[in-house]
Amino acid sequence: MPAYRPPKIASSEITPQQLYLRRREFLGAATLGAMALYGASKASAAALSVIESKYTVDEKTTPLKDVTTYNNFYEFGLDKGDPAALSGDFKPLPWTVKVDGMVNKPGTFDVEALMKEFPIESRTYRMRCVEAWSMVIPWDGLPLASLLNKVEPLGSAKYVAFETVVRPDEMPGQKGIFQSLDWPYVEGLRLDEARHPLTLLAVGLYGETLPNQNGAPIRLVVPWKYGFKGIKSIVRITLTDKEPKNTWQVTNPQEYGFYANVNPEVDHPRWSQATERRIGESGFFGASRHPTLPFNGYADEVASLYSGMDLRKNF
Amino acid sequence: MVGFSFSLPKRWQSASVWALYAVGLLPAAWTFYLGATDQLGADPVKTFELFLGLWTIRFLILTLAVSPARDLFGWNYLRYRRALGLLTFYYALMHFTVYMVLDQALDISMVVNDVLKRPFIMFGMAALALLIPLALTSNNFSILRLGPNWVRLHRLVYIVAAAGAVHFALSTKVLGLQQYIYVGLIILLILYRSWRPIARSHKRGQGRERRRATAIAS
Repeated sequence: MPAYRPPKIASSEITPQQLYLRRREFLGAATLGAMALYGASKASAAALSVIESKYTVDEKTTPLKDVTTYNNFYEFGLDKGDPAALSGDFKPLPWTVKVDGMVNKPGTFDVEALMKEFPIESRTYRMRCVEAWSMVIPWDGLPLASLLNKVEPLGSAKYVAFETVVRPDEMPGQKGIFQSLDWPYVEGLRLDEARHPLTLLAVGLYGETLPNQNGAPIRLVVPWKYGFKGIKSIVRITLTDKEPKNTWQVTNPQEYGFYANVNPEVDHPRWSQATERRIGESGFFGASRHPTLPFNGYADEVASLYSGMDLRKNF
Repeated sequence: MVGFSFSLPKRWQSASVWALYAVGLLPAAWTFYLGATDQLGADPVKTFELFLGLWTIRFLILTLAVSPARDLFGWNYLRYRRALGLLTFYYALMHFTVYMVLDQALDISMVVNDVLKRPFIMFGMAALALLIPLALTSNNFSILRLGPNWVRLHRLVYIVAAAGAVHFALSTKVLGLQQYIYVGLIILLILYRSWRPIARSHKRGQGRERRRATAIAS
């Protein structure tokens, strides 16, 4: 595999250091109005000690307020504002993740212990939703590969399956007559995708532990794939030799596939994927449409994983 | 029943229709103000676009509900039907304008592409296009001029309703409770229309009597 060569951009070019250091003050003022809405989850946010990483992008990060109030997390409701408004009862800690299947050393891992065991890296990634909007988010987390190496996948393992928690009492979207999806939410990756250095298990964003609405306490971030691949509040990771099911493919196989690589050439049946609306960038007027990049701009790093594959068929 | 069919003094009646236009356009005006002053959340354009679409559906349902309400309950709001129908059209037009101007930033080729390729947008466009002749003939002059053809022309509203319901149902990744309710109401109202001609011939005498009774009571 070719070595990863990051673009040479210091994070200080994106956000001036003095502003970055004052970010809490600034964000505090900017979000006062929204505090009541997600006060409960904010209260549990704790500062993380993170190390800088080489993974960043030369684009303005999306304001924390937008990252934490505009979410698709159907376990809390269908509306983009529901996860922030309705996730106050969710208890992200203590939390364990069970890793099993085709591995030498299966185990159940405490998330807080993992956060001590592995260095938590700060990585700024583009996030492209299948609904044609996008953000730029400074995540904090550990490479999924670190956890996989710890459990030693067998040679026969080809895929990794993920599962979200089911807690109807804490997640109102999992309760009631009209259930939007079959729970638990499941996702999957090929093992080589899962081991790719870009693939992150995020435990925080903007230097603090993940808010409930963003998938606390631990979620997947695969920046070259559509956002729905980034499964949230993970309780189980299983190594397997069969392609795992993923919730959206099961729900609507015409519209969503297993791979879900960001691809401006392959339209969603109901809208074009050629461009995206960057959230929080321009407000009401002067719509800020950006061209969508192949593999969400990570083609140099990941295109080789799919050489020889028909990406129209494997959408 | 009579209680619901309140009637205003005559001199207030036309003022109340104008008030309905004003009140009906308020949600759009207020939400536009919120959007323009950056108070509409992280994705204001999409929020406004969906808001206008939802209110189009609401006014469409109210428009279609006027005659069943009169037939079944004796509530006579016929006076307001034109305003409700035109509000449906105005909201549909604003919904399309926001999609075209704020969402797609006037990229005509993108819009044409969307309309030709995507059934979900095709249904919405068809509904809007069919609303145009209805809106243009929503005046007393056209009613006199077209005579019985006016009634036939305005039956198009049921095609508009069906296309609008399909557009709404296809617009999201999964159907939520809200969509079941709105789409269910539209289906009921369309079914009522196909059932009504028979029901009416049975009840004609009764209906007339009831209306007379209503007139006396008020």
